[in-house]
Formats: sequence, structure tokens, C-alpha cells
Amino acid sequence: MRVHARLPLALAALTAAHVAALAAPFLSPYDPTEQNRTLPYAPPTRVHMIDGAGRLHWRPFVYRMARRGDGEGYEEDRRRSYPVLLLARDVDLAGAARVHLFGVEEPARIFLLGSDGFGRDQLSRLLHGARISLFAGLIATALSLGLGWLLGTVAGYYGRWVDSVLMRSAELFLALPWLYLLFAVRAVLPLRVSSGQAFLLLVLLIGLVDWARPARLFRGIVLSARERSYVLAARGFGASDLYLIRRHIAPQTFGLLLTQAALVAPQYVLAEVTLSFLGLGVSEPTPSWGNMLAALQQYHVLVSYWWMWVPGLALLAVSLAYYALSEVLHQAGSAE
Amino acid sequence: MLAAGAALLCWRAAAQGPDPADLLRTEHEVGRAGGRLVFALRTEPKTLNPVTAVDSASRDVIGRMAADLVHIDRQTQQTTPALAKSWSVSSDGRRYTLELRRGLRFSDGHPLDADDVVFSFQCYLDERNGSSQRDLLVVGGKPAVVRKLDTYQIAFEIEQPYAAAERLFDSFAILPRHLLAKAQQEGRLPQAWTLSTPPAEIAGLGPFRLRSYVPGDRLVLERNPYYWKVDGVGRPLPYLDEIVFLLVPSEDAQVIRFKAGETDLISRLSAENFTVLAREQGGRLRLEDLGPGLEYSFLFFNLNDLPPGRLDTIARKQAWFSQTAFRQAVSATLDREGMVQLVYQGRAVPLASHVTPGNKLWLNRALPPPARSLARARDLLARAGFSWKDGTLRDGTGSPVEFTIVTNAANTARVHLATIIQDDLRQLGLSVQVVPIENRALLDRVFQSHDYDAALMALGSGDADPNGEMNVWLSNGATHLWHLGQSRPATSWEQEIDELMRRQLVTRDASERKRLYDRVQALVAENLPLIPLVSPDVLVGTRARLGNFRPAVLDHNVLWNADELFWRP
Repeated sequence: MRVHARLPLALAALTAAHVAALAAPFLSPYDPTEQNRTLPYAPPTRVHMIDGAGRLHWRPFVYRMARRGDGEGYEEDRRRSYPVLLLARDVDLAGAARVHLFGVEEPARIFLLGSDGFGRDQLSRLLHGARISLFAGLIATALSLGLGWLLGTVAGYYGRWVDSVLMRSAELFLALPWLYLLFAVRAVLPLRVSSGQAFLLLVLLIGLVDWARPARLFRGIVLSARERSYVLAARGFGASDLYLIRRHIAPQTFGLLLTQAALVAPQYVLAEVTLSFLGLGVSEPTPSWGNMLAALQQYHVLVSYWWMWVPGLALLAVSLAYYALSEVLHQAGSAE
Repeated sequence: MLAAGAALLCWRAAAQGPDPADLLRTEHEVGRAGGRLVFALRTEPKTLNPVTAVDSASRDVIGRMAADLVHIDRQTQQTTPALAKSWSVSSDGRRYTLELRRGLRFSDGHPLDADDVVFSFQCYLDERNGSSQRDLLVVGGKPAVVRKLDTYQIAFEIEQPYAAAERLFDSFAILPRHLLAKAQQEGRLPQAWTLSTPPAEIAGLGPFRLRSYVPGDRLVLERNPYYWKVDGVGRPLPYLDEIVFLLVPSEDAQVIRFKAGETDLISRLSAENFTVLAREQGGRLRLEDLGPGLEYSFLFFNLNDLPPGRLDTIARKQAWFSQTAFRQAVSATLDREGMVQLVYQGRAVPLASHVTPGNKLWLNRALPPPARSLARARDLLARAGFSWKDGTLRDGTGSPVEFTIVTNAANTARVHLATIIQDDLRQLGLSVQVVPIENRALLDRVFQSHDYDAALMALGSGDADPNGEMNVWLSNGATHLWHLGQSRPATSWEQEIDELMRRQLVTRDASERKRLYDRVQALVAENLPLIPLVSPDVLVGTRARLGNFRPAVLDHNVLWNADELFWRP
């Protein structure tokens, strides 16, 4: 029961993350690609209620950030305060009006999670990046596990030459030098790939490359399940293959399916970093958690700007929620 | 000549033999003998053979073990006598006579004479050896002829006069004939002097000689007792007993090892790591910003002749790329100051042409600094027939102007530069996509398949002299990046650059050469075949105790005067 108590929490966290991703244009205060060249690596903006004179303001406000005189870091310019506005309006480059949940008046900026090396708002990038990372992870997981489950079950259930063909090709897939194949894929594709195409490519590549490992796992389970006495009995009563798989064999694999899903989904979010490096993922300036985390590969970013770790924390939270979810479902499944 | 005056001749009994020797006396701070210096290499040296070495790690090591006839002082960028104590040029500029120092010995104790010099150039010129330096010795289509006049005199003859030919001698390591003649005769020279060769079979004229090599870990050089320089009070150089080259593959790992005190010198630091080190040092370290080096980064458009049928979309875009006004508009839109601040934290300079302010002798100071002006860019484009609709730039036929920029994915700074360019051009209504790709794929696209719109790269020549840039600017040059393999100059300004570059090559008057090369820079700044971006500062560091540390923007930035480095107490 203790495990079940975590279910609402995990579900709520995952739902919140996905809803936030979908509502990114509204929730984020800025365009995720908007650069502020005077504000690289600005720390998170502090939101104040009490000003320098000790007066309490009914509406939270921020100060404008300015470079410190020695060129190292930032300080607040306390001469003027800028109240935080709800439902702030602005216009994008093409001239269309947009509404954001909150914002401040120019020239002040509100960077609740700091800014990156180009002075772009980390919060806006995190929210927009979640759209790509969360959904790419989710769809790629569904694709690779779906394919792996289908082929693994077929191989395990029918055995003999079907099994041999499928499992040898699985081994071939595991043994292929993927890095070089991906180089080749990049060479064949046109250089200009739109964000939508990049997203599809990402999902397809991950899903198709990684079906072999789950397929081997599912085959093992199906192999032992089809020899169980109740399966043999059902077969004796004349049950069809499809019925047997659906009614008796598939349910045995669902626990593993969920555990695997929880394990690989966060891995696939990270796989995007590698693919982006090879020019196959989402490229600048479109944010994704993968390319945001890639900034941490630089030593100076790693040691100097803690807010650059935020996509990593978000990824950790999402992974934990997925894991809790799968554990609950797994236990519920075995209790049945 | 400034440096020639500095090098005083000094007669004295050589420490290891009865011959009196022509030693070179240096003028810098007199130091203390002893100690070891640790330096990290990013990759493992491939060879110790000066004839075949091309990778920078091999050259870093070989540079400490070998010496040349005439040397370019890395600080003044002028030539100074080295193994040759003097030289003279014939009046037609085709014949150089060099006088060797007397009584010098290789690091194994064997004496040096003119036969070794003749043998060395024979090795570099032998096509079987495939030396990358061979091309430098082929002037006017004919290889140089090197002859022995007597034991200490050599004649060096070239087909046509060649400006600053004495600079050629720099980095041609003189080889020991007694150790390599057999390998050369049998055509095995490229296989000689590998990393597994016993130290006793390798000898050079540099300040250090090989002691030991542990694959994948370290290479140790020890003091050469026969070295040919002495300090101001006549004590033999070098001061250090040992130089240890450690293998540390990434820059970040090198920074961590340097900070931990495991290495003593670091060069080619990124601005960010330089800032981190400067913040954490506390007086133990000495970090120096040498100002811009010779490296220049640039954006260029694909102007190659494309094979018909393939790459049609690029061919269509070339209608924009080939217009000088289009390239000028792109250049005027770029926020180079922003690049300097965001990518290099202020440790770089914006460039107007390909010659950086680090090149003290050749920079054309009359060129105005690159100015950013969106208004000028819009004006240029409007007059070239471009127009705007819904905020996007369109060409005369109404199609939107969009292109991709490829760059090396492993180089974070370049990817960041491209990202800034992308954002700048968005202000102009241009849609640009940045495609970071793996470096070999990038070079393949630029040099072989020509399947790219625009690319962001950087070049940096080893020497400040324009002769090192011939391959970039001649229209048939191997590195004429934007339009390779031209049988004749495609544009009038490329033809003019060809003429100017060829003329400066055979002009012997230095100020006349400068005038010619100034014009080349002006043509580049106007026509922008390469749109110059920025030149990063050369950033180096060492321990505060290291004496005679005089880093330079020329290669090798920190080890070039390894013979004079010493540890203060």
C-alpha cells in the first residue's frame, strides 16, 4: 500500500510536466531563442517584496541586472524597480502579439532560472525544450518497446526458424557500428532539416536502433510462458495462437514492458544529446533538454553557473516519476 | 638586423671536446641549472622523424630536440642566426651562402659539418619521403639546390628570387647523416625514428634529447650536453635537466591537471578556462593574455563551380552568394563585438580582413574596423534587387533567402559564433540554419563534394609572412576555400589578388612587399570571399616561479625558448 500512495504523486508530476510543456508559449516569459547579448550567464533574477528603503510592496518586483564594474558577474541596479506583471503582452519578430503568464517591463528582464551563454532565458528554454525532449522520449520509447515487444513475442512464441531469423537480426543490430552508420545517415540527408523533421528523425532513429535489446528480453519471457501448463491446456482445447498470446502470454510481459519503459524513457532523452552532436538531433537555436545539458560539457560552465544544471534536475525528477509509476504498476500487476 | 646584433660570437673550449666552438651567447636573464618541466600534450606524438612529422604533438616534441640553420625569433617575428652564424644573398637574389658555426656537435657527440646540412635537404627534397615541407623548397617550379662549398659553408640556390627566403630555413631540422644515411639510401627514411626507436639511435641539435617514452603516458626529454648556446655569463644552456610531455587528451582535463600542479605550462587555453584559472589562482600561477594570435575565423559562401544536375538548390543560391553586395550586407549585419564578448569573454578582436593585429609586421592599419549597420545592410540588399515581405528577405524572383551554415561540432566556440550569426541575420529577415557536423564530414563537404551553402571555419598560419598564405589566396591554391580548383581566376579581384601575391613573392624590397600585401587585405575586406569574424587571443599560463617565461603568439607559444627556461628558488 505504501507504494500505491506514491501513485498520485508520480502521476501528478508527470502530468504537470507534460502540460507545462504543451503550454510553454504561454507559461514562459520570453521567446526561447531571444538573445540578450549584454546578459550572458546572468544568475536567476531575485524577486523582491521589500525595497531598499524597507517599504513593503503589494506587488512583487525585480531590479534590472547590470554587469559589475570589474566585469565579473552581475549586480542589481537599485535605482528603479520593475513590478512583475501578470498576463504580460509583447510582440514577436514577425509583429504578432503574444500573451505570457508573467513578465516585466523592458529594459529589465526576469530570468527566474538565470540565462545561458547567449543571455537566453533558461526557464523559457526549459519549458520549450520539454516539448521536444519529453515527447521524443515518450514516442521513441513506445516505438522501440512496441517493436521489441512484437518481434520478441513472435520469436518466443513461434520458435524455430522464425526465432532464429529474428534473434540473429537482433544480434546483428546490436553488433552494428552505430556511430559510423549515423555519420552515413547524416551524409545522405540534406543539411537543412526543419524542427519537425528533426523531431521525427530523432524518434525514428532511437526507436529503430534500439528494438533489439527489449526484443531479447521479451522473447525469454514468452519462451517460458508458452510452456506453462495452463497455456498447454488452453492449446489442447483448441485455442488459436492469437487468443493464446492475447489472453495468456502477453499479460506475462506487461510488467517488464512498464519497467523497461520507465528505464529507457530518460535514457532516450539523453540519447538526443549524442544525436544532436552528430547533427541528427535538434539544432540551435531550438532548445531541447539534450542540447541545454550539452553546455555542461564545458568545464567553466560546470563549475561556475549552477543554474545551467536545471535541465538535469528536471530530467532527474521526470525519471523518478516514471520509475515510481512503473513500480506501482508492476506491483499492481503481480498482485493480480 | 636586430637579432643578428644580439647574437654575439663567443670562443671558448667546448665542455665535451678539444675543439673551440662558435657558441651563441643569449642576452636574457641568467638562470639556475636544474629541475624539470612538465607539459601536457593533447594527443600522442605520431613520430620523432622531423622529415615526416605533421601533427602538432610530434612537432611540439621534435621542436625541442632539433635545430635549424636560421631561426625566426618567436617574439620579434624576425630571423636570427641559429646553426648558421651568418648568411649572404647574391645580387640576383637566387643564391644564398650560409656559414655554419664551427665545432658544434649532435646530441650524441658526433660533430656537425656541411655534409649533414646537404644530407638533410636531400631528405626533405626526396619525393619518396613525402615530406610536407618539400613544397617550401620548390621555388618557381624547381627544387632548391643545396651544395657544400667547404666543411662549414653551404650554397643554397633557387630558380627565381624569393622574398624573405631566409625565413624558409626555420623549422627545417638539420639531421645527423651518420645515423640516417643508411635508411635514406634504402628508402626507409619515413620509417626511421619512430616512438619505439631506442634513444641512443636518435640525435639532434636541439636543447634536449630523448630519454624515454612510455606509450599512452609520457615522453621524457633530457638536457643535451652538447647544445650550442650559452647564457650571458658563458654557462651552457639549457638550464632544465628534463622536459616531461604528459598525455592529457582534453583541454578541460589539462586545466584540471595544471590547476592541481601536475603540469607546469599550459597553452591554447579557452577564454572561459583562462577566466576560471585567473579567478582561482591566488598568486601561484602566472596567466598571460598575449593578445590576438594569427588565427582568424571566417564565414564563407560556396562559390564553387558545381557539377550540373547535382546540387541544383545550391547552384540557385549561388545567385545570391556570388553578389558582392550580398556578402557585404551579411558582413555589415554581424555583431562581431557581441562575438568577442559572448564567445571569448572579451579576449578576442573583431577583424576587418584576414590579417590579425597579432601579425605585427603585416597588418594593414589603414583598413577601417568592421562596423555593424543594419541600415547599410538593408540598403545594399535593396539596391541589389532584394525585397522584404512579411519580415522575410526575398530575392528578385520572390523566393525567400535562406541557407545553412556548417561548422565543426567539436569546436564549441565556432558553434557559438554560428549561433550568433544566425540570430544577427534573423534581424535582416534571413532564415539561417546552423548545422554542426563532425570535422571530417565538414572538410569533405568543403573540399570534395562542395555540398554546402556556407561554412564557418578558421585558419592560422604558422608564420607571419604572407608567403605562408599563398595556398589560400591564389585562385588555384589548395586552400582557396570558397572556390577550389579554378583553372583561371573567376573574378577580376581574384585575378588582382593572384598578381599581387605572385609579385610580393619575388619582390625583395620589404616595404614594397608590405604595400602589395596591404592591397590584398583591402581587396579581401571589400570583396569578402571570406567574411572575417574575430581573432581569439592567445592565452597561456605557467607557475609564477618559472624564469625567462616569454610566451609568443607564434608556434610554439610557450616552449619556443625552452633552452632558457629555469626555475627560481
